Amino acid sequence: MNGPGRKARVVVHLPQQARRGEIIEIRTLAGHDMETGFRRTQFGELIPRDIITRFACSYNGVEVFRAELHPAIAANPLITFSTVASESGTLEFRWSGDNGYAATHSAQISVV
Amino acid sequence: MGRETRAMQDDDATNPAVLWLLDGEALWSRKAGEAAKACADCHGDARSSMKGAAARYPGFYSAKEKIINLDQRVNLCRIERQQAPAFAYESRELLALSAYIGRQSRGMPIDIKADETTKPFLDAGRAAFNRRQGQLNLACSQCHDDNWGKSLAGNPIPQAHPTGYPIYRLEWQGLGSLQRRLRNCFIGVRAEPYAYGAPEFVNLEFYLMWRARGMKLETPAVRP
Repeated sequence: MNGPGRKARVVVHLPQQARRGEIIEIRTLAGHDMETGFRRTQFGELIPRDIITRFACSYNGVEVFRAELHPAIAANPLITFSTVASESGTLEFRWSGDNGYAATHSAQISVV
Repeated sequence: MGRETRAMQDDDATNPAVLWLLDGEALWSRKAGEAAKACADCHGDARSSMKGAAARYPGFYSAKEKIINLDQRVNLCRIERQQAPAFAYESRELLALSAYIGRQSRGMPIDIKADETTKPFLDAGRAAFNRRQGQLNLACSQCHDDNWGKSLAGNPIPQAHPTGYPIYRLEWQGLGSLQRRLRNCFIGVRAEPYAYGAPEFVNLEFYLMWRARGMKLETPAVRP
């Protein structure tokens, strides 16, 4: 399903506007099979591991959240975290993983 | 369905089927086939033209004098209007389009009408629902009419109302059709499942949707 040429799909939800100092919730969903590497085909051959291994979020260039992902994580991982709305600017989201998987997303927030 | 699963389903930020909806939206406006037509070229904006459509499927297809489901309706358009090869059952593309079309009817009551024309198909579906089959010699009705609300291997037995297909099933880690779900039950009672798209399956789908008439469509639903 994550075959070559298929666009990496990610969905990110966060408030467009926040008060300074407010704790905001950020929810991210990435489309990925998260093939564990432990399963076998019906002929007994091992299906190679193909997972997202790393997720990071930076807020105006400063990393505010990072996660390492492992084979026990379900397909289409949903990662929810929070940060403090300190200033207006850009949040950059970056997923990377096996077989050259890479996805990015950026979102704007205005802090008043 | 648990409270957490429902919360996951009702929130577009957490329902993983949203990933398929995005694919469906892209496919809707992508030109395909020798006719080089997109769904949108005939049907326009799905948000208005497809509103309520999924609530009326499976439905009667007069040219072939049989009942077809939404997946088959999409493929008829593929073949006849776009002159493109049909999507395989359970392919990502077909599930994405059916989910995207179904999403436009979310919250609308299921509107399956039985009349003189469709009665034989409804009766065939009802007969299948009540027929004992498989090595366990069980009919659908024995679980889903007689024993709903009780537990089967620790899981509650539902009333078998297919209100949210295609569903994102956590067990599948992906989206799947009602026929895929029906195959699970067939295999569970050790019966040989029909092939995808078989009229027996479609008639059973038709009966189940008629049985759920009036209930609100939840497509794309999340189930455990």
